[in-house]
Amino acid sequence: MAISRRHPAALFAVLFVALGTTGAAYAAVSTGTAPQAAATSSTQVDEGKQLFLEGCSSCHGVAAQGSSDGPSLIGVGAAAVDFQVGSGRMPLAGPAIQAVDKPPVYTEEEIASLAAYVASLGAGPAIPSDEMVDTSNADLVLGGELFRTNCSQCHNVAGRGGALSNGRWAPNLMAADPKEIYEAMITGPQNMPVFSDKTITPEEKKDIIRYIEELQKSENPGGADLGRFGPVTEGVFIFIVGLGILIVISVWIGAKAR
Amino acid sequence: MNELTSNEPIGSKDGIDVVSGLPVYPLGHHEPRRADIDPRAAKRAERQVALMFAVSALSIVGAIIAYIKVPNTTLIYVPPFGPVNANHLSVGLLFGLGIFLIGTGAIHWAKKLMPDVEVSEERHTYTSSPEDKAAFGQVIREGKEASGFGEYKLIRRTLLGAMALFPLPLIVFLRDLGPMPGTKLRETIWEKDVALVTDATYRKIRPEDIPVGGLVNAVPANLLAVEEEEGNLNQRGKASIILVRIDPANIVSQQGEGWDYQGILAYSKICTHVGCPISLYQQRTHHLLCPCHQSTFDLSDSGNVVFGPAARRMPQLPITVDAEGYLVAQSDFHEPIGPSFWERG
Amino acid sequence: MSTVTPTDTTATSGGAASWVDDRLHASGGLSKLLKKVFPDHWSFMLGEVALYSFIILLLSGTYLTLWFKPSMTEVIYNGSYMPLKGIKMSEAYASTLDISFDVRAGLLMRQIHHWAALFFLAAMSVHLMRVFFTGAFRKPREMNWVIGTVLLTLGILEGFAGYSLPDDLLSGTGLRIAQGIMQAIPLVGTYLAMFLFGGEFPGNDFISRLYSVHILLIPGILLALVTVHLIMVFYQKHTQFPGAGRTESNVVGFRLYPIYMAKAGGFFFIVFGVTTLISALVAINPIWLYGPYTPSQVTAGSQPDWYMGWLDGAVRIMPNWETNVLGHTISWNLLVPALVIPGIMFTSMGLYPWIEAWVSGDKREHNLLDRPRNAATRTSLGAMALSFYMMLWFSGDNDIIATAFHLSINQITLALRVLIFVVPPVVFIITKRICLGLQRKDRETLLHGYESGQVLRLPHGEFIEIHKPVSLEEKAVLMGKADIAPLPAPLAIDANGVANPKAKAGAIRTRMSAWFYADNVAAPTALELAEAEEHALHGASHGEISSH
Repeated sequence: MAISRRHPAALFAVLFVALGTTGAAYAAVSTGTAPQAAATSSTQVDEGKQLFLEGCSSCHGVAAQGSSDGPSLIGVGAAAVDFQVGSGRMPLAGPAIQAVDKPPVYTEEEIASLAAYVASLGAGPAIPSDEMVDTSNADLVLGGELFRTNCSQCHNVAGRGGALSNGRWAPNLMAADPKEIYEAMITGPQNMPVFSDKTITPEEKKDIIRYIEELQKSENPGGADLGRFGPVTEGVFIFIVGLGILIVISVWIGAKAR
Repeated sequence: MNELTSNEPIGSKDGIDVVSGLPVYPLGHHEPRRADIDPRAAKRAERQVALMFAVSALSIVGAIIAYIKVPNTTLIYVPPFGPVNANHLSVGLLFGLGIFLIGTGAIHWAKKLMPDVEVSEERHTYTSSPEDKAAFGQVIREGKEASGFGEYKLIRRTLLGAMALFPLPLIVFLRDLGPMPGTKLRETIWEKDVALVTDATYRKIRPEDIPVGGLVNAVPANLLAVEEEEGNLNQRGKASIILVRIDPANIVSQQGEGWDYQGILAYSKICTHVGCPISLYQQRTHHLLCPCHQSTFDLSDSGNVVFGPAARRMPQLPITVDAEGYLVAQSDFHEPIGPSFWERG
Repeated sequence: MSTVTPTDTTATSGGAASWVDDRLHASGGLSKLLKKVFPDHWSFMLGEVALYSFIILLLSGTYLTLWFKPSMTEVIYNGSYMPLKGIKMSEAYASTLDISFDVRAGLLMRQIHHWAALFFLAAMSVHLMRVFFTGAFRKPREMNWVIGTVLLTLGILEGFAGYSLPDDLLSGTGLRIAQGIMQAIPLVGTYLAMFLFGGEFPGNDFISRLYSVHILLIPGILLALVTVHLIMVFYQKHTQFPGAGRTESNVVGFRLYPIYMAKAGGFFFIVFGVTTLISALVAINPIWLYGPYTPSQVTAGSQPDWYMGWLDGAVRIMPNWETNVLGHTISWNLLVPALVIPGIMFTSMGLYPWIEAWVSGDKREHNLLDRPRNAATRTSLGAMALSFYMMLWFSGDNDIIATAFHLSINQITLALRVLIFVVPPVVFIITKRICLGLQRKDRETLLHGYESGQVLRLPHGEFIEIHKPVSLEEKAVLMGKADIAPLPAPLAIDANGVANPKAKAGAIRTRMSAWFYADNVAAPTALELAEAEEHALHGASHGEISSH
């Protein structure tokens, strides 16, 4: 379907992707390769360690071994750090049942250092390269099938998020960028389960991201989407707006003319 | 009929409602409208009504033109709504406006130009006169006597019996709507050595494919063949499972000894409440939440219910690996999956 | 040769009218009908909205049948919606996608049909409230109330059937829940579910079976009942609010022809127009996002349409009770919320006219409506029932509320389990207080006039507010309030000294009647009113001012 103009959110999405890509490119340039544990420069690891000791160790332990306040980070990989810190979920603003995404506290460079440090502690998923999240040749239809099979139960078929137990939630995916989605799938942040590369291959992950990108366009052939929350908002709408209009007109019909 | 010119409305006497005994007040003085006294106001109202009808006619024609001319495959960006189908929007708006203006025009006409003096009409009494009632009773009695309905007891009873039976075949004839339940609700196509494959992509799964905290939506390897043969999704509705891997140290209990494989647990995906497929798995709490009615199951503790309206734990599927190292079922489920039913026990 | 030309008879008295009368002897009846008077009030138009929505549903529904294929046969989708291209799905879902993307104005018709369905049920519900709170269900209109109850019940079923037909992920999930509930019915449940679905869920048959129910069986019954409902309104004449010139024995308003034809006819076009405009501008049920139904997929935020929300809510907040008796399972967690509660709600709704007549002892005819405040106990009962319904509805939205307001779904659910018992009685008490307060205010207004808002400073420095006298129209409304005494206590021993066998039941009824009318504030008597008016006249000139 052709679109003559884009949603304003699309601009942000583009900006977000561009920023993310720049950051990743920067990281790639500064480290020489994708930040695999072994290939990372030792200065970056040292910087990361320093940042970690200052900002993270109070909860995760001085050797990232974990404590009662935070899980062990040994073996979680660079992708987990990039996701958690890059999306602003970490560091936590305060004790909460679930970390909230907010503007990141660290710079791209600092995040890369932190990721390099955590990656050096034990093998774990690496930050996906640009090529890994390039969805230009992805299969939209299969992506949709996989999304409805593996993702929609929590994130809703339109990717608008949903409630989990005891105040937890599956976030809205409308502003999620491809790298973030990829990282979430391979690292299983918070209560999200891990979708390994064997059960959902990297190609299939691309397909899923491609489908989410399609959802992010928020194309509404039939008009305003009321937030895509489903029938509840439709019901509220028919009572407040629909019946509201008709009752106002009824009052006009019943009122004496002058 | 009474045009309310008198001060005594129908049904009142000396200012008292003869039925309810409430005071009755005469209808107030009728205030003429502008259009009643000012011909120019009337003319203006006439033009307003005509304008609405004219615009309506134009809109309706416009809707037909839009239907033909505006492409159905183009999305146009409409500020608060995002990209909207151009044909849908233009046809809908023009057609809707056209209909709407017929309505407003007619009502504006009625309000401004048709008489607005309220009139009063008498209600007929609902109950008939005693004579009519008596006559009706007489007709019924005579008919009954003439037919002998009261007299011929045998006829009456056999008739009632026949009438009571006559709808029964209509119910019995519904029998072939479907098969008997048999053991259908107790069995799935899982059996010993049936491989577990990923849903939607149908690949076999090795234990090392699932990390701790991982989730796989899976089905039996023979599902596609069975679906092909049966031509429906019935088996999928029973055999779908989820696979999760929990650090064995965190597994409190499971439904059978050795039913897991190195911390990989297979549970039915079909909620024991009313059968929604559930895979809202929270890997840290090991809770499985149903999006339909919020029943919550603890997969680290035999799939027991920890919250919500479900009364039964999630059935666990015993699994192991085959010679090639792929995950397979040890057997079918050991209890019926899905919602309860009367004969379930 | 005849000298009478063929145009002679029609020329005398209007062509069409005469043509009809020559064949049907209809002039007498029709002129009566056309002169029929209807009272004017905005709230009387709520039922019209329901009626017009029903007509729109019939029109748009017929349109949809031309393209919709009610079949569960699997096909490969090959339409123009790219994200689903090449996927296996039922013909029902594929044809719904075609209607949405490949039939011009098809999406518009689908959205009109769905929005009209929501309108239909919303208008019926609000119309029901209007009839309840004004006491329009009382003798002689009990039968129409019962028909209305049946219409609402069938409307809900009809709506659910329509929601289920497209065979998308959401509608299939709804059907799965309905099938699970069916299966829980003791003794026959398993058989019922097997027969209706032609075997196990989802089977191959249900969509086509549901289709004939949705487009033929239920609409046929609805149409018949709507017709009877309307004929009864015509025959019994519409109720009216108390007011100047209104009595129990008359109906004051405008004639059907031409004024109501223009107003009601115009209103049909307005309802149709508004529905179409909403359908053009606001999406409803974007089925393409849900994907085809398969029993192994689900979406967060699975919800029924609003009119089923209360039922789903009852199922959500019910504790997980299930008992096993002699090898048989009784699923209280489903039977209570899905069968017992709706059964009680609809039965008591249908029987309410008789319940109230028995409790209040009021068995007279009523053509004048009650203003809701003047029937404080009834209004409070209605508000209580409504709050109970709303609590169930909120329960059905617990996940959406949790998502939208970042609350814990568990806490919402636990809170609603308590609130469902706490809120309704509180609402009853508050509503009753408000009604009685309004009654008192009406009495004050009648006796002392309106507070004008103008303050007057008296010569000796005191401030008083000027009270404006009540207009005659207003007085007619405020005085239109029957003061009914509670039933007298029955005699324990009748005049002949024989013990009254019904004394005990009678005593209960007396107490109920006393409860029903308790605390009602009587309208001023004619004498009180006259005195007050006299006093006001007197006071306005000098009495009130100089007395201080």
